[in-house]
Amino acid sequence: MEILISIIDKNGLIFGFLVIGLITLFSDLFSKKILNSRIPGSAIAIFLGLVLGYLGGFFSGGEKGLADLQLFKGIGFLGGAMFRDFAIVATAMGASFYLVKRAGMLGMISLLLGIFLFFFIGVLLAYIWGYRDAASLCTIGAGACTYIVGPVTGAAVGASSDVIALSIAAGVVKTIVVTIFTPIAAKKIGLHSPESAMAYGGLMGTSSGVAAGLAATDPKLVPYGAVTATFYTGVGCLLCPSFFFLLLSLFFPN
Amino acid sequence: MNIYGIAVLALAYLLGQWMGEFLGSIIGIDANVGGVGFAMMILMLLKEWLVKNSLMSMEMEAGIDFWNKLYIPVVIAMAASLNVKSAVSSGTLAIAAGAIPVVVCLLTFPLIIKKFNPETDGNSHQHH
Repeated sequence: MEILISIIDKNGLIFGFLVIGLITLFSDLFSKKILNSRIPGSAIAIFLGLVLGYLGGFFSGGEKGLADLQLFKGIGFLGGAMFRDFAIVATAMGASFYLVKRAGMLGMISLLLGIFLFFFIGVLLAYIWGYRDAASLCTIGAGACTYIVGPVTGAAVGASSDVIALSIAAGVVKTIVVTIFTPIAAKKIGLHSPESAMAYGGLMGTSSGVAAGLAATDPKLVPYGAVTATFYTGVGCLLCPSFFFLLLSLFFPN
Repeated sequence: MNIYGIAVLALAYLLGQWMGEFLGSIIGIDANVGGVGFAMMILMLLKEWLVKNSLMSMEMEAGIDFWNKLYIPVVIAMAASLNVKSAVSSGTLAIAAGAIPVVVCLLTFPLIIKKFNPETDGNSHQHH
């Protein structure tokens, strides 16, 4: 047993492939045999991943879910930024320039509207919860955009560390909610074409949530959603600590 | 050779990341702005150029496609390594601020599609 554990320890990434393979197998069988394929296997697998992430955090007390348990650290590497971005870029193989150009205007409008909506609803909620200073309101609104825009903004406007932690948590909740609700809502909101996927990516932003949700909806849509979503964090980092913060400072002077 | 395809993908990825970092430093934020998006554009351009000049072989395409297909497994691994516990337990405001805007945007989405892209329903299916 000890030998096995030391082998797994030395080959973390390879063990990660095995674990993810088993999760996928289980989810596929569950989807086909029990749910009659009403919910796609990939959506179940991603949800199961989130549950494991919760359990990992529960047992380790760390911040990287399952990857904080020594045995599963290879999963953190497999799901880390490098492989994630590399695989997202590879999805562009199936995309066409013609469609990207055609959805250009729609993509731009949804990008700006998305940041605007997420930020100001986040600010409104923070206000309802009792925050009254521009820095905290701005940071929580930015966290509602993504878990990267939140801390970048918080650091820039000088928010306290618990507010920054709160903004990261809001961003992570957003990613999870988008992941789970995208495949469920897709049909009802007309998310089925490359153009609509580009608008969706711009509106929702969180590239991991959008891409995971679209992957569970229809893998062909992933590159279109990802191409707009990837600009969301950048535009958010640009607008939130500058223009939006100045705007809030007018209403909430210190 | 598969590795040619993977190398093309790696080239696009690295150039895109570089442009993203560069753009970030120009606008003065310590973050990668659109690196993945740039990389995707570069890959699409490279692919078009390779196909036009008959340099793209089946095996090369398979090298890129392998990573394309690994996307969902990577996302499952990513989901398992998020800080889900703190997101759930960080209080009601984190959950409200994370969830309510998503619901509002889901409701807004059909309106935007109708307003700015009236042809979506009729035409886009022809391209599938």
